Amino acid sequence: MIDIMLIIALALFGLAVLITLFRVIVGPSLPDRVIALDMIGVILISGIATISILLETKAFLEVILILGILAFISTIAFSKFIERGVFIERKRDL
Amino acid sequence: MIVIANILVVLLISIGVIFTVVAVIGVLRLPDVYTRSHAATKSTTFGVLCTLSGVFLYFWLIEGDFNIKLLLGIVFLFITAPIGGHIMGRAAYISGVKPSELTVKDELEEVVKQAKKDRTSQKMKSDED
Repeated sequence: MIDIMLIIALALFGLAVLITLFRVIVGPSLPDRVIALDMIGVILISGIATISILLETKAFLEVILILGILAFISTIAFSKFIERGVFIERKRDL
Repeated sequence: MIVIANILVVLLISIGVIFTVVAVIGVLRLPDVYTRSHAATKSTTFGVLCTLSGVFLYFWLIEGDFNIKLLLGIVFLFITAPIGGHIMGRAAYISGVKPSELTVKDELEEVVKQAKKDRTSQKMKSDED
């Protein structure tokens, strides 16, 4: 019974990734695309967690941590790129 | 005992899936960047939290393994996902993405304008020095 429910959940996660991919391609501005990419990362995390129950293995649990860190750091880097700010702020005393 | 654990796991993962699907509908249909980031960060974070909690309970109650890595992942996601959404919204506003026409009030406009004016005058002053 739990297997059927997990497969349905995986199908819904796949559908969610597809719809978000539509937003990545269409999205009118750059921040739209970055937010959608961040969301794809988060949906992938829940998909991997579901797969690890389905296969009854603990091997994928490190992937969750690493994907979370990568999604966060890429969002921060893209936001700095979009703001066109300075990456490291220095105080110069002239 | 196993039946109760199974019901708990299924309930948590179902809540996670429902929130994720609602968030995706929001990302597809809402009008501008700010409302879309609202949908994408808040409800997706709650959905993934519920799903990961269900997986954690599955491994704890059924397989008998208290997995600290999964717990660390839950805490990390709970802290970082809203920060990413907030910082992305700020970058979108500063880079000049217009809000949709349905927006009633924009209180940030004057503040950003004043800050830009201050920065340019400060720069001119430091150039003169």
